[in-house]
Formats: sequence, C-alpha cells, structure tokens
Amino acid sequence: MASEQGTVDLGLPASTTVPAGVPPLTEQSRAEAREIMARYPRSRSALLPMLHLVQSVQGYVSPQGIALCAEELGLTKAEVGAVATFYSMYRRTPAGTYHVGVCTNTLCAVLGGDAIFDALKDHLGIGHNQTTEDGTVSLEHIECNAACDFAPVVMVNWEFYDDQTPGTARELVDSLRAGAPLPPTRGPKSLPTFTQTARVLAGFNDGRGAEGVTAGPASLVGLELARSRGDQAPPYPAASDDTPANDGQEG
Amino acid sequence: MVFTPVLSDNWDRPDAFTLEGYGDYTALRKALTMDPDALIQLVKDSGLRGRGGAGFPTGTKWGFIPQGPEGQGAKPHYLVVNADESEPGTCKDVPLMMANPHVLVEGVIIASYAIRANHAFIYVRGEVAHVVRRLQEAVQQAYAAGHLGKGIQGTGYDLEVVVHAGAGAYICGEETALLDSLEGYRGQPRLRPPFPATHGLYACPTVVNNVESIASVPSIVLGGADWFSSMGTEKSKGYTLYSLSGHVKRPGQYEAPLGITLRQLLDLSGGVREGHQLKFWTPGGSSTPLLTAEHLDVPLDYEAVGAAGSMLGTKALQVFDETTCVVRAVLRWTEFYAHESCGKCTPCREGTYWMVQILQRLEAGQADAGDIDTLLDTCDNIFGRSFCALGDGATSPIVSGVQHFRDEFVQHMRGGCPFDPTASTLFAGVPA
Repeated sequence: MASEQGTVDLGLPASTTVPAGVPPLTEQSRAEAREIMARYPRSRSALLPMLHLVQSVQGYVSPQGIALCAEELGLTKAEVGAVATFYSMYRRTPAGTYHVGVCTNTLCAVLGGDAIFDALKDHLGIGHNQTTEDGTVSLEHIECNAACDFAPVVMVNWEFYDDQTPGTARELVDSLRAGAPLPPTRGPKSLPTFTQTARVLAGFNDGRGAEGVTAGPASLVGLELARSRGDQAPPYPAASDDTPANDGQEG
Repeated sequence: MVFTPVLSDNWDRPDAFTLEGYGDYTALRKALTMDPDALIQLVKDSGLRGRGGAGFPTGTKWGFIPQGPEGQGAKPHYLVVNADESEPGTCKDVPLMMANPHVLVEGVIIASYAIRANHAFIYVRGEVAHVVRRLQEAVQQAYAAGHLGKGIQGTGYDLEVVVHAGAGAYICGEETALLDSLEGYRGQPRLRPPFPATHGLYACPTVVNNVESIASVPSIVLGGADWFSSMGTEKSKGYTLYSLSGHVKRPGQYEAPLGITLRQLLDLSGGVREGHQLKFWTPGGSSTPLLTAEHLDVPLDYEAVGAAGSMLGTKALQVFDETTCVVRAVLRWTEFYAHESCGKCTPCREGTYWMVQILQRLEAGQADAGDIDTLLDTCDNIFGRSFCALGDGATSPIVSGVQHFRDEFVQHMRGGCPFDPTASTLFAGVPA
C-alpha cells in the first residue's frame, strides 16, 4: 500500500505488508498524519507524534508505519527507523492490549518494585519485554516515572497505579487478563487500551481529562499540613488597581 | 510561615484543573499591559532561578534572546517548556500539571509575550498519559477563552501553543537534546556554543524553561518582585516544591520557601518510617551527590547544598533508611544512566557500561581489591568529558557513595551483599 518510491532500502524489514492480526494503516491514518504535521512550523517535528499515531493503529511501529512516516516527511525509512529505535516507548513488536510497566529504578525497587516485578514475571509466565500468548498483557520494567511519592509504582498503558504491593499488582494483572481492568489510581475512570492511549500521545484529545482525581493523596500532604498549621504564602501587595490574586480560599 | 503554598494552593479543589477552578488569567491581563522588556526585568528582579535543576536565573535567560529587526533577532522566537520530568526521584512537575495545568499555560503565554515568541511548545514526557490529557484540555480551554490564538484578550498579540508528547528518553530532559527531539530527531545533546538563546529550535532564538519555573511567573506578575523575593534566602529567592519520598512516614509534595532543611521537613511531616533511621538521601535527584544524616541541617537552597558538596537539583528528597544497601542503590542508578546514555560521547557511553560491570561484581561478591579504585578512576574519566550533564550525573552516586560508605563497598568484596532486600520494602513483615 505504501509506495517504495523515493525511499532508500538499507536492509530494514522490506515488506510493508501487515502481519496477520495487525490492522493496516489506512488513508485516514495518512490524513491524520498530515493533520499532525500541520501543527508544527517544520513538518519533521511531527515525527514523534506520528509514530505514536502508528502505534495507536497497530500497537507497535511497523515497517508499514515507518514507510508512511518516511513518505509523508520526505525522509528515508532508515532516517525514520533511526528515530523510532532511539525512544523506549516505541515498540518493535505489538504490545499487549494492556502494557504493564513496573518501576525498578532505585527508589521504587528498594521500596518493593523489584519484588513486584519478580511476582508479575512469575504470575504471568513472561519476562521483560514479553507478551502473554493471548496478547492481553505485555510486561516491562521501566525507569523513574515521576511518582516517587507514590512508590512502588506500576503503570498500565501509561496510567498510574500507585502504592502497589506484589499482591495488589497480581490482582491488577488478573483484572487485565479477565478483560475487566481495575481503574487507575490517578487517571481516567476506566483504563484505556494501549492503542487508545497512543492516540492521546499523538495529540488527539480523547476528552477524558476531567475524569479522575485532581491530585493523589501524596500530592496533597504538604498542602494539608500547611492548612492545619495555618501557613500560607504572604498575600500579594494590595496594588491600587489590582485585585489580590490568591483566590481568597480559606486558609 | 514554614509552608507557602502558591502553585499547590488550589490542588485540593476538585475542579482545580479547569478554567473555572483556576481563575480568569488575571496575571496575563496585567502582563499584556506591560512592556515586554519590563516583564523580563521583573522576572530578573524577582530572583527566580530555574527549577529544573541548574538554577540559572530565569529572567537573565529571557534577556539573552536577541530582539530587533537584525540578525538572529529577526528570526521567529520560541518558548519551549521542559516537561520531560525524568530525573530519578523527581516528581513535582507531574502532579503540578495534573492538578493545575492552567498556571503553566498562563505562564507560557506571559513568558512568550516577554520574549516575543508567537509559538510555544510544552514538551511533556509521553509516559504520563493523564497529564498529557490535562494539558491538552487546559490549552483547548485557553483557546476557547481567548487567552490563546490570534489577538489574545483583545490585544494584537498572537500565540499558538502545542502540547508535544515525548516517547521515552531521559536524555530529552537535557535542553539541547530536547530541541533535537522536538525537531524530530534522536534526542542527542548539541555542542554549545551556540546556545539555544541564539540558535535553539530550528536554529532560532529559543528559551527552554522547566515547568515549575514558568508556572512561577504568574504569581511574580501579580505579587511583584519584592513579594517573591521576600521568601527564600539571599541568593535563592522564592517558594518551591520539595518532593519527599522513600522511607518516610508522609511522602509527598511540600511547597516552602527555598532554604528549608530536611530536618525541618522530616520533623513536621512525621519523620523517617517507624523504628528506622536515616542512612542517606539525595537533595535533588540521583544526579546530585548523596548526603547523610550529618547534612540534615543544610539549608536546601542552591548555595548551601553546593557548599555541602552536592547540588540542589530538582529538590527531589529521596530518603533511604538503614535497611538499604548503598551498593545496590548505586548499581541501580548506574544501570539507569547506562540505559539512558544517548551514546554520543564516548566517556559516558563506554564509562557507564563498565561501571555497571564493576558494580555488579561488587554486589555479587566477585570484585577484587582494585575495583573500587577502578570505579573512581572511571568516574574521573567521565566527569567533565561529555557534551551534557548526564555523564557528570552518572558519577555522582558512585563518588559520593564511596565517599560516605567506603566500608560498605569494601565489605561487599568479601562475600557479597549483606543486606536482605525484603527488609527495605514497604511491605516488609506484611503477608503478600
């Protein structure tokens, strides 16, 4: 479907046909890729979101996806492949419907992330960067995901599951395999699939931003402590023509 | 006042992330009546320093942007927000953007107006989908309210803002790697000079600022430079978010003036977890050298932490108690740096690989007598010898770990790790 013309073959997977079970990119995908390109002063800036778009259709960055990006941006497939392979979120094989990442960077690891990762490998019978046979769950250990005050942290499709233990993590993956995912602790009301999330990352708002908590419990401990102590920032000076900025919220 | 919530002040409102919950962009209205140069001067006078780790004065950075019709000044100007929060231990920008995205968007518009940019980008790491949604919606709401787009709030000022999701690469938190990534390339740092201020995005004048820095701007516009600098210490002005994590009773975000100490934070928040003692901590992420209990009274500002032999960094206070093996901690961080090294500079690419090998031998009890010195020698050959700070950061946990806990490293050479990893977990003693 994608033309080979104008691209240089450097031994990357030559076929742009799609393996069985993987949805093909369509003319709509191409139109959406162009929509992404239009957001930027220079079209090549669209490459990362375009690769997210490819994953939103196919669950990974396929040779067909690389060819489409190369054609639209006037790049070689090698140039696109070089970028795609640099970033850890782009997959070379299809992700599970639910992609589970266990933080095993130092702080999460020490607080229990290593034990959680071991428990899930054992429970699912798969290792790092592998997918269960039914294609439901893929597993990887991930680096710090900026939620250290909620450690140990597990991400599913890049939504937060905070304060995990081996037991809660096993329950979580059981719920994924049963097709009835437990909801994220800080995220939408229900868990999107891997491909649905990839579409958000491509810049297509799914309208679910208002769902879920404003802030998790750990995010609020400092504010609660300040309130209980009666601490607040100094008031803005009363300027002649300006209203004070603090919203007058009760301190 | 020990705590001074400004950025976090509305986080307990269920609608804080909406325009209604945030407010009417009053700081922007005021800023648009000001001369852009006066805004830059205001931010300079406030003493605001970059909250992404380096602590460079924000207003000075803005002042470096060439203006006027000649040379680089004539090219388009860009503002790029570094929302790629990935430094291990750092967890302030993500909750800020999740709960209060509008304070960032308002800051983006004010900063763009000040540096005379008509296009701004928020480069947010891709691994936080709900933060991406909150930013997308906040930007959409700002457009709908006339705070973005053509003729903002009835003035002649135009600004487009794009929320750009990254794809997993710690190195893209480095500002020139971020720019390469935003241009659609592998995220690898650039040699400087030229600096982004003159040759940044698309080789045009560009300001790259951290989320918290930009989010601090609306309050400075409303409160003034003196209000902001009434908080903090002599050279480290203002309030900031401290992120407490690890073996503590109440991990979380604490917003306070610069200069608070870890002892104060621990005393007020309940301290180290029950029955345990502090062993080591980072003041600002894994790239800032480890400190110990003897540093509990160091004021957490740029100068004092520097004088104590570390760096304030991102104010990510990761606390580890006596159940934690320092060799295991340092090994894991080193594996992280080896994984995240972009491969451009040989000392960092090769050095981090070899340091992992040595630390794995140590942790397994297979190291020989010279290995600790080889490790330190390798650090010597990385530090200061790479384009960006990732290589330097990789040496921090090792050099400081050996400095404070050499005996523990030596002990590992005789029979391996003496620690029980289950004792350091939060569910130690709790049936799984």
